[in-house]
Amino acid sequence: MKRVPIALTLLLMVALVVGCARPTPTPTPPPPKPTVAPTVAAPAMEASTPTPVVRKAVIGFTASQTGKLNVESTRQINGLTLWMEQVNAAGGLKLADGSVVLFEAKFYDDESNKDRVQELYTRLINEDKADFLISPYSSGLADAAAVIAEQYGKIMITTGAASDSTYKKGYTLVYQTYTPASRYLTGAFDLLGALDAAVKKVAIIHETDKFSTDVCNAAKAYGEGKGYEIVLFEGYDSGTADFAPFINKIPAGTEAIMGGGHFADGSTFARQLYEKGVSVKFIALLVAPPEPKFAELGDAALGIIGPSQWEPQAKYSPEAAQAAGLEWYGPTVEEFVSAYKAKFNEDPSYHSAGGYAAGLILQKAIEAAGSLETDKVKAALDAMAIMTFFGAIKFDTSAEAHGLQIAHQMVYIQWQKDAAGNLVKQVVWPAEAQSAQPLYPLSR
Amino acid sequence: MLAQILASLVDGILLGFVYGLAAMGLSLIWGVMRVINLSHGAIMALGMFGIYLTFTHLGLNPYLALLLLAPASLLFGFLVYGVAVHRIINAPYLSSLLATFAVNMMVIGIGTAVFTTSLYNVDFSLGTVRAGVLALPGTRLAAAAAAVLITAGLYLFLYRTRPGKAIRAVANNRAAAALMGIPPAQTLALSFGIGTLLAALAGGLITTFFPFTILSGSGYQSKSFVICVLGGLGNPLGALLGGLILGAMEGLIPIVLPVSWVPVVEFTLFVLILLIRPSGLLGART
Repeated sequence: MKRVPIALTLLLMVALVVGCARPTPTPTPPPPKPTVAPTVAAPAMEASTPTPVVRKAVIGFTASQTGKLNVESTRQINGLTLWMEQVNAAGGLKLADGSVVLFEAKFYDDESNKDRVQELYTRLINEDKADFLISPYSSGLADAAAVIAEQYGKIMITTGAASDSTYKKGYTLVYQTYTPASRYLTGAFDLLGALDAAVKKVAIIHETDKFSTDVCNAAKAYGEGKGYEIVLFEGYDSGTADFAPFINKIPAGTEAIMGGGHFADGSTFARQLYEKGVSVKFIALLVAPPEPKFAELGDAALGIIGPSQWEPQAKYSPEAAQAAGLEWYGPTVEEFVSAYKAKFNEDPSYHSAGGYAAGLILQKAIEAAGSLETDKVKAALDAMAIMTFFGAIKFDTSAEAHGLQIAHQMVYIQWQKDAAGNLVKQVVWPAEAQSAQPLYPLSR
Repeated sequence: MLAQILASLVDGILLGFVYGLAAMGLSLIWGVMRVINLSHGAIMALGMFGIYLTFTHLGLNPYLALLLLAPASLLFGFLVYGVAVHRIINAPYLSSLLATFAVNMMVIGIGTAVFTTSLYNVDFSLGTVRAGVLALPGTRLAAAAAAVLITAGLYLFLYRTRPGKAIRAVANNRAAAALMGIPPAQTLALSFGIGTLLAALAGGLITTFFPFTILSGSGYQSKSFVICVLGGLGNPLGALLGGLILGAMEGLIPIVLPVSWVPVVEFTLFVLILLIRPSGLLGART
């Protein structure tokens, strides 16, 4: 007799646990949206002033509102939200046929969890009828979402996702905003070559995690292809605090040092290079230098170069676009920065800029296609070659790496001193984004 | 090549003095009370944060801050001894292992809640001393000098003062020492306090040249075990010698092998010493 109530209790408990663990996803309230007219042509109120046909484009994406990616993802979504609000506030996107497209956001919290991403993107496509997709933040989540986009035939613009591998899986509808990881440090060789053609000996010392190793392997191959001699190529474990053994291994005559990994090790490495009085002409490290906290190193930070997807100091402009033979599209850097600061009361990071740029790319493609149809927008994306406040945008259209970003370049910042002797970040590469001349060679 | 060997050797030895100081605390506690102190690394981390807080918030020179850290860590050692070690001092080794491990987990837990596991850095520099091919950061030189001074102080204390002699007597034969009127509980508490003090000071010196997190102590604790076995568990001078050997190895191995091989060689040596000469290079002596 006792078994029935026990079984019932167990069943109830299981139901409760399952219910708590998997709540039905409720769409997070989208940003303020305008009243949207039906997609069919609105009847003319007066013959003399015909009302344009208003179409609605649903943009679906997930945001990591909780979990470890929360900070970066929130900034990315802030950028995207700003883009959408600006387009809609300007009356929508006007197409060549006279119709107007208004954008509507549908999004869910992916909890920074890859497993949730696939479930939620399927829901965005099937239930929320998203016309276009924007990726979640991070390479891992974007990779998971890309499978779904491709499966259901929806265009996805990825942002906050630098990994190359997603675009080498034969997808045809996934387009990358960021510079791929394989080119994070290649620009440092270009900058070095532009500064001093005589420099040939480069040491690469990097963290041995996957990201840093991939970046440095690609940089090594690129450097060797350009005729540089990689005199030392060695990895250090994540969490390394003592770089003296690596510094002592740098051969005499080395002219440049590249590598690094993340903030903690990169800043320690830079500090110990300074303390040990390593005399090279050029130092470029991953990830750490663009962080504002890097300036706390004081003189050890002076002259250190680091790649970033974007910086507010980047001087991309219509003139730079013209010089590069590209069409300029969207707001200027100053317009974006001031609008972002006005709305969110903070300086935009590259995550924020990437979010805005993803929207801008989609906007340009829809405008060029004059349609919301996937095939036409895809053709416009394939043909796209523009420059925006975020930098140049062009996609690989080969079967091997379709959608891979091939025009956008990392901007390389360098810590320099202003007139008052304070350390400031300056963009020193690429030339079209330069805010100051590079400090070269390092004087130590 | 010669320049690289010299630079690596000197760097390693300078670091070895601090390693030795850290291991000395562990060695002393084992030598006197036969307790393997698994909270050693956590106490080093506390020392690191002690210097960080006094430097960042009070603007105190890190070396002067060591003078504050020393009595504070001594008192903390008394507290840990009284709460976690005293009652199980005669129990099997596993009990004291678990008790000190529990202290370790508490310190790490509270430290993580307060400081998170983020990286901290004491932005303090003494410039760089150059001598030929050598470029030696002043902070490393100062840390090595401080380690030598503290070691000398410890030896003077152990061999020239009554409480020091009492510690040596208790280490030698606790029962006989008690019969001679030496209070074992107070002497053991003092030993644990001094061991804690040495760990905290070593942690404090490390902050002047390496960044750290609340979890940083565990790596130095592992090195301390290797050093103690190398020099002779229970022999503080052996610990210093072991520290210098380990530091020199860390400097020299990367010349011929990738740096990631250093721990492999270190722990191979650890096993070999245990097998071939379990008493260590200098043997157990207090």
